[in-house]
Amino acid sequence: MRQVMRRPGSFAIELLTALGLIAAPLILPYLGFTPTTINRILVWGLFGIGFDILFGFTGLLSFGQSAFFGTGGMVAAYLLTVVNYPDVITALFIGMIVAGIVGFLIGLIALRRTGIYFAMITVAIAEVFYFVEFNPLSEYTGGENGLPGVPTPVLSLGFTHIRFDNDRSLYVFLAFWFFVGMVIALRIVRSPVGVILSAIRDNPLRASAVGHNVHGYKLTAFVVAAAYAGFAGGLLGVMQGFMPPDAFTFDTSGQLVMQTAIGGAGTLFGPLVGAAVWLYLSDFLQTTLQLGATWKLVLGLIFVLLVCFLRRGLIGGLKDLYVLIAERSTKTSEPAELAPLPALTPEEEKVTRLALAKEPAPAPMPALHRQDDDAYSGPILQATSLSKRFGGLVANSNIDFTVARGERRGIIGPNGAGKTTFFRMLTCEMAPTSGRIVFRGRDITGLNVTDVCQLGLTKSYQVNQLFSGLTVRDNVIIAALAELRGKFRLDMFRSLRRIPGLDEQVDHTLALVDLTGRADRPVAALAYGEKRRLEVGLALASSPSLLLLDEPLAGMSPAERIEMVKLLKSIGQGRTMIIIDHDMDSLFELVERVTVLQEGRVLVEGTPAEIKGNKAVQDAYLGGVRAA
Amino acid sequence: MINWANFISQCFNGLVLGALLALIASGLTIIYGTLGVLNLAHGAMFMLGGYAGWLTYTYTGSFVAAVIAGALFVMLVGVVMERVVIRYFYTRPHEDQLLVTFGISIVFVETIRFFFGSLSKAVPPPAPLVGITPLGFMFYPTYRLALLGIVAVALLALYLVLYRSRIGMIVRAGIEDSVMVDSLGIDVYKIFMLVFGIGAMAAGFAGIVNAPVVSIAPDIGEGILVQTFVVVVIGGVGSFPGAVLGGLIAGEIISITSMFNPGYSYVMLFVAMTLVLVLRPYGLLGTAGRE
Repeated sequence: MRQVMRRPGSFAIELLTALGLIAAPLILPYLGFTPTTINRILVWGLFGIGFDILFGFTGLLSFGQSAFFGTGGMVAAYLLTVVNYPDVITALFIGMIVAGIVGFLIGLIALRRTGIYFAMITVAIAEVFYFVEFNPLSEYTGGENGLPGVPTPVLSLGFTHIRFDNDRSLYVFLAFWFFVGMVIALRIVRSPVGVILSAIRDNPLRASAVGHNVHGYKLTAFVVAAAYAGFAGGLLGVMQGFMPPDAFTFDTSGQLVMQTAIGGAGTLFGPLVGAAVWLYLSDFLQTTLQLGATWKLVLGLIFVLLVCFLRRGLIGGLKDLYVLIAERSTKTSEPAELAPLPALTPEEEKVTRLALAKEPAPAPMPALHRQDDDAYSGPILQATSLSKRFGGLVANSNIDFTVARGERRGIIGPNGAGKTTFFRMLTCEMAPTSGRIVFRGRDITGLNVTDVCQLGLTKSYQVNQLFSGLTVRDNVIIAALAELRGKFRLDMFRSLRRIPGLDEQVDHTLALVDLTGRADRPVAALAYGEKRRLEVGLALASSPSLLLLDEPLAGMSPAERIEMVKLLKSIGQGRTMIIIDHDMDSLFELVERVTVLQEGRVLVEGTPAEIKGNKAVQDAYLGGVRAA
Repeated sequence: MINWANFISQCFNGLVLGALLALIASGLTIIYGTLGVLNLAHGAMFMLGGYAGWLTYTYTGSFVAAVIAGALFVMLVGVVMERVVIRYFYTRPHEDQLLVTFGISIVFVETIRFFFGSLSKAVPPPAPLVGITPLGFMFYPTYRLALLGIVAVALLALYLVLYRSRIGMIVRAGIEDSVMVDSLGIDVYKIFMLVFGIGAMAAGFAGIVNAPVVSIAPDIGEGILVQTFVVVVIGGVGSFPGAVLGGLIAGEIISITSMFNPGYSYVMLFVAMTLVLVLRPYGLLGTAGRE
């Protein structure tokens, strides 16, 4: 199970990286690595760090990284050879910036779509770069000859000059930049932005629903990856003294993807390990085994087998092995599982309900950071003649719906009455065909789900929408961050611990949904009832002023239902809530007023007692039995 | 000034290339539509068709035999690939499917390189189709003209299988909702295997019939794959008519731009793709929600 890397106050990984980089040139030659190979591994490793942020952490598989690798490399090489720009390091940075800008522009196009579309678009774009480099721009790039004569770096210290002009000194130069790149990447993945990127990989829909600007963060990851690629491309030219045009080929992108998958995506070190394996094997197969061009066939086969059987790459495999061994040795010290609640008979259920009704509820969670606009005293939510049509099907028709601040409202209706559609329109996941929605005096019709969540209106889903690859705590952190930081913020170098109020809000939410004891569990290991509570917790963590709950009790056992009702009662204090559910007993206990929907219209509205006795409601549910 | 005869001949070239791309893209798109797998080895299938056909031609000397062998061999490769590898990837993330098909494409390309070397091979057109045909206002290579007909017939055949047969109805139902088809008691895995075979065959067939126009080499599929992607993005994923329309548009763009400067043909293709993505993100004939 992947977990967001977060070891407070520890620089163990940075330290180990530095030690590894110092030890590598002393050890690797004995294993058959040539000095040139070691240097190439560093360039590919650095190239891969950025790619891993994009692919491993954000889940965007690009087959077009060669475009940025080549662009950065060509810009730096052009400056250093044709323009005769004197300083190598500045040239590398200029190449990186240009690659980043190009990445931004390309990202605007490629990120219009996700999944396989994204992969196809990146392939196509990279191919365009290849052809442009070879043809229209060959005057500047040297076409198929590339740019020869890229100078080696010189570091001027005033009194002396350090020249990086042989394999050994170049290693120092490359290792330094790899280290810098790794330190920056580690900061990024441990920052709020890094956590949100993982959220996007796991569940982009929920990431935007809890109030994060998913497109903005994806674009950020894309630009970061392009910048890393650009810098690494520049280093390639410097290392070889020649900027090869084949940096732009599809093969380059493909090799990067394969190395990352071999080493293990989502680890930052995967691409480095993958590059070591790849380049070592390609040397070994070609020179030692004299296989000639067949080396690529062998590597291709190895890659296919690895994807089939070692899904998380070499590093992922080692981690799994480590966890397996660690678990075996500490099996006894594992805290005992919480005993499942026994099933209750209807009789017991009634007794428990009564007991719970008397029990004092836990303190409500205040909306910590959102200031309720006290000057506004009208209804918190007002929907006017809201309609939704899907082609010929009318899901909602002319619904007028007003909820006062602090009210707890229930919505019931037979299946297909349009309840979920109604909720989807209120949270702006779906635009109404006609009608208006006003939230706290502000017209929110036509806004998107992210903005509406930022305004303080959110919902828990009928079907769990969790970040299932992350821990319970990370899930809640992701939701809380949206409120504490707004929908988009580039605090890529800030530690999560430096966000005021985050820990309190997360702990409070966890306590409220009774998951404190499960905080460090991966979501996949939770019981259904616990997942359901986390689902509500995600909505709660952004301390909404209006909380919508879509069938919070669905699929729960009677015992779990009682727990959930208790939970909803406690969070309902001082909060406006609208709840859809089919469990009438529980719902009538929770809410003050009930709206009944039938066939997309409001059938009747009233207190639970009125609804219980209403003839029309009984008919709606029982299908007009009075005729019988 | 534009030379009009040249322009019209380029338009014809565009039509031929477009029809070819349409055929390859429909193979890719029905596989994706039904199985949910984007086959990055589709370009390699095109290449394999060319080589299987070329090998048959060198032994038999018959072009017809070459075409049949090329198409059937690639269909077999597709069926085996689905059964042995792809089947285990339906439940895995899209990214894993991309990785494994990418790896397989490298294995295919390098295997061919291992056996037949990197040098390109030529398959001559069949004797009756050698030479040029006067079209009144210009002369045009006879085989290319015939190729247009051959590919059109292949597309029509694919259309008939897809839209006018029982199997096709099941496949189309599978594109909409393969889980539902499965629960109707139809062995959806058999259908998947067949679809993968037919989709691959479309590429393989294109590979051998195109061999007399462009000689074959191990990495010939790579460029074709990229162009096919653009076609699918323009036309809309999972849409057969979209693949045909997208193919023709892409073919014309490449050919007409090449007349002025071949270096810009990809740039123009890319501009067209961007326009489509901005104006109609799901492709010209695609449906929203198919990702």
